[in-house]
Amino acid sequence: MAEYREIIFNSDKIQTDDYFVNIGPQHPSTHGALRIVAKLEGEIVQSIDPVIGYIHSGIEKMCESLSYPQLIHLTDRMDYLSAHMNNEAVCLCIENALQVEVPERVKYIRTIMDELTRIASHQLWWCATGMDMGAMTTFFYGLRDREPILDIFEETCGARMTFNYNVPGGLMFDIHPNFQKRVKDFIRYFRKKLPEYDTLLSGNVIFKERTKGLGVLSKEEAIAWGVTGPSGRASGYSCDVRKLHPYSAYPYVKFEEKLATDGDTFWRYQLRIEEMWESMKIIEQLIDNIPEGDFAVKMKGVIKLPEGEFYQRVESARGEFGVFIVSDGKKNPYRLKFRSPGFSNLFVLNELVKGVKIADLVAIMATLDLVIPDIDR
Amino acid sequence: MAFSIYDFTDLAQSIHNGLSSSLTPVWTTVIEWAIIGILYILFVALFGLFLVYAERKVCAAIQQRIGPNRVGPYGFIQTIADFIKLLMKEIINPKGVDHFLYNLAPYIVIATVFIIISMFPFAPGLQSFDFDIGVFFVTAVSSVGVIGILLAGWSSNNKYSLIGGIRSGAQIISYELSVGLSLITMIILSGTMQISGIVNGQADGWFLFKGHIPAFIAFVIFIIAGTAETNRGPFDLPEGESELTGGFHTEYSGIKFAFFFLAEYMNLFIVAAMVTIVFLGGWQPLHFGTGNGFNAAMDLLPPIIWFFLKVCTIILLIMWFKWTFPRLRVDQILTLEWKYLLPINLFNIILMSVVVLMGWHW
Amino acid sequence: MTNEELKLTIAKLCSSAEFKDGAQFLEVIVPAADLHHLCRELRHNGETAFDYLFCLTGVDYPTYFEVVYHLDSTRHRHVVVLKARTASREYPVLDTIGDIWPTAYSHEREVYDLLGVRFNNHPDMRRLFLEDGWGFPLRKDYVDPVRIVER
Repeated sequence: MAEYREIIFNSDKIQTDDYFVNIGPQHPSTHGALRIVAKLEGEIVQSIDPVIGYIHSGIEKMCESLSYPQLIHLTDRMDYLSAHMNNEAVCLCIENALQVEVPERVKYIRTIMDELTRIASHQLWWCATGMDMGAMTTFFYGLRDREPILDIFEETCGARMTFNYNVPGGLMFDIHPNFQKRVKDFIRYFRKKLPEYDTLLSGNVIFKERTKGLGVLSKEEAIAWGVTGPSGRASGYSCDVRKLHPYSAYPYVKFEEKLATDGDTFWRYQLRIEEMWESMKIIEQLIDNIPEGDFAVKMKGVIKLPEGEFYQRVESARGEFGVFIVSDGKKNPYRLKFRSPGFSNLFVLNELVKGVKIADLVAIMATLDLVIPDIDR
Repeated sequence: MAFSIYDFTDLAQSIHNGLSSSLTPVWTTVIEWAIIGILYILFVALFGLFLVYAERKVCAAIQQRIGPNRVGPYGFIQTIADFIKLLMKEIINPKGVDHFLYNLAPYIVIATVFIIISMFPFAPGLQSFDFDIGVFFVTAVSSVGVIGILLAGWSSNNKYSLIGGIRSGAQIISYELSVGLSLITMIILSGTMQISGIVNGQADGWFLFKGHIPAFIAFVIFIIAGTAETNRGPFDLPEGESELTGGFHTEYSGIKFAFFFLAEYMNLFIVAAMVTIVFLGGWQPLHFGTGNGFNAAMDLLPPIIWFFLKVCTIILLIMWFKWTFPRLRVDQILTLEWKYLLPINLFNIILMSVVVLMGWHW
Repeated sequence: MTNEELKLTIAKLCSSAEFKDGAQFLEVIVPAADLHHLCRELRHNGETAFDYLFCLTGVDYPTYFEVVYHLDSTRHRHVVVLKARTASREYPVLDTIGDIWPTAYSHEREVYDLLGVRFNNHPDMRRLFLEDGWGFPLRKDYVDPVRIVER
């Protein structure tokens, strides 16, 4: 295991031909207010130091003074691209703590929404990755296909990004009558469009040249650094929470956990594309079989968790998202911690970028799929 | 005063005669220079704006968008509005810049554009300079442009600019080789370096067709190297907006940025025009052999239209590259040049020499 | 391993560990002095092989701070929760476990930033989100009259 990081500001270690570049906090390819202090020698990156906290909003502190149904609204402000998974994680944690069994209908709808969110998130990630590589056209292709998903969300939840669709015990509303038809339409549409992604970017020889063998993360390193999600699975690390600790309707569906062995930038890219195919498979298995029933169970007016500690893991679009609630029996949590996947994924960056060019730094950062509010919280 | 859209020689001659009949030779020359200068400034400004508009429309079409469509019919006034905006913007001199070089750099870049454009024959008789080493002169002057970019990167007191400038230097100087060598290949075929001579030599067929395989190889290499020389995608490393935020022109604003912007688009025109002149016959219509009916039909379209038609086709091709490919990395870009294009080019020169010596070309 | 077997193993490695059953995961309260040693054993012992630290966080209690380590094993798929308590609230210090799970370095920085628990032997104990001189906001006695509005 490589040493964690050298103290780059130690003036004894600075040589005359090294210099520092601040990539960010306002930079086109940091996708938010992230700052990377890069130590460069010419074009070659020696080491980096991520500086975060520009949009730290103290969500965990805020949660301590909010009641459980209220704090769900904060969770989708963190990782706004997997908002539904974050909501669901908190709801599942509360439901498990209270031992509430939600109706089957809720499980199905939650899973479908999860997977739609995952597709939408991966689409936006694909747009951004292409743009970081200098292929602007991907941005518009990706957003074009993301639009129908957001329309579906808008029709059912009333919001396009921050849904607040989950409440403890179920869902806030039932699905829109058009929901099933539109989701099926979308799957039919996207099955035709997804191969275009390969023709435009993944099949491109320049793209392959730039990404293959770049930023290799071994399986052991991935586990030790807590890299999860598609980034971890590209290294062969089987970490799909949907398989390992199934929740909602995931036990009912058949899907593959895509794994690769190379752990390089290309496979981190490729696995996300393949995940979109898998997500479509999951949705197809569920969409026609949504059982009839209630969309929520009746919960008490004031939700109080029993004393104790509760942890819930879900698979968000970026990896393993965890909620850790310490309850003292009151209506608000004593301490609440969000284990965000982006946080762990960000800090492995220094291991991956030693000796690569600046352009590669951007490419590696893109395939780690960082969402800054998820990291800063 | 005979005016014909097919041949501007008479027009130019009659203007010259008209001026010299009423003025001393010195004043005649001065006024002719002024007319030519104003014409070129107008051309660069208007064609530059047109190219910006065209690029936005082309990329919109590739990206399944509509593009500018609000200002004027089909958004045609949009680029003019943008240009006025750039003119009105505050010119910021960042702290710590080398003021002399910082202010000089955009002018070097834009000046080379004017010098090169003055070499191009747009139609018969519509060419201001015609040196007998014309092609050589064009490549020599276009290398001066990189000095402007290097100076911009160096003097901006910004590390991104510096990296962009250095990348640009490495890239443009390397690709000058390929541009030069593929031009040499064609000079072997044409037997002259004079631009009017090259164009006239293609009256019975464009060099792309006359030179068979070596000409085609040189054509492909020239387009690749030319794209790299204009700093356009997939070779836009000096700007590399996702890495370097703006590269060498990060710190420029207002009219100075507009100069870089305009120079970039005019360099696009220059590359396309060079391709047109050397490979596609300049203003010559599509001819095969001499004196047949096909040639007569092709002659109906005026040469100036032919010229711009060909230029715009090449520009469209280069734009298509930019909006399709991801950007290369700096070491890959140099590998491509030194390990692939340069050896192919050297081999191609030998091939072309053999073809010309054996008389296999038409 | 089942929770019972884990209990036995951990009790063997660290005699003063306290166990708490009946919760979601097996919870072990480890004395601060034994923490690093126990973690290294749990990580490298082939039978436990806790190679994945999936959550590290701190909780503020009235008399002490508790740092909670959620450990998972990718080989055996068992989970254990270690809890280490600082001796006091005035000078909260624990040993770093970043040399065992490097991801802990950044999480420990977060705990330091928000709770003020320092970690011995951490190579880079800087603030993470907030600037130097800011208080430790996740402490229960943190007051900020400007930014926190009591309702």
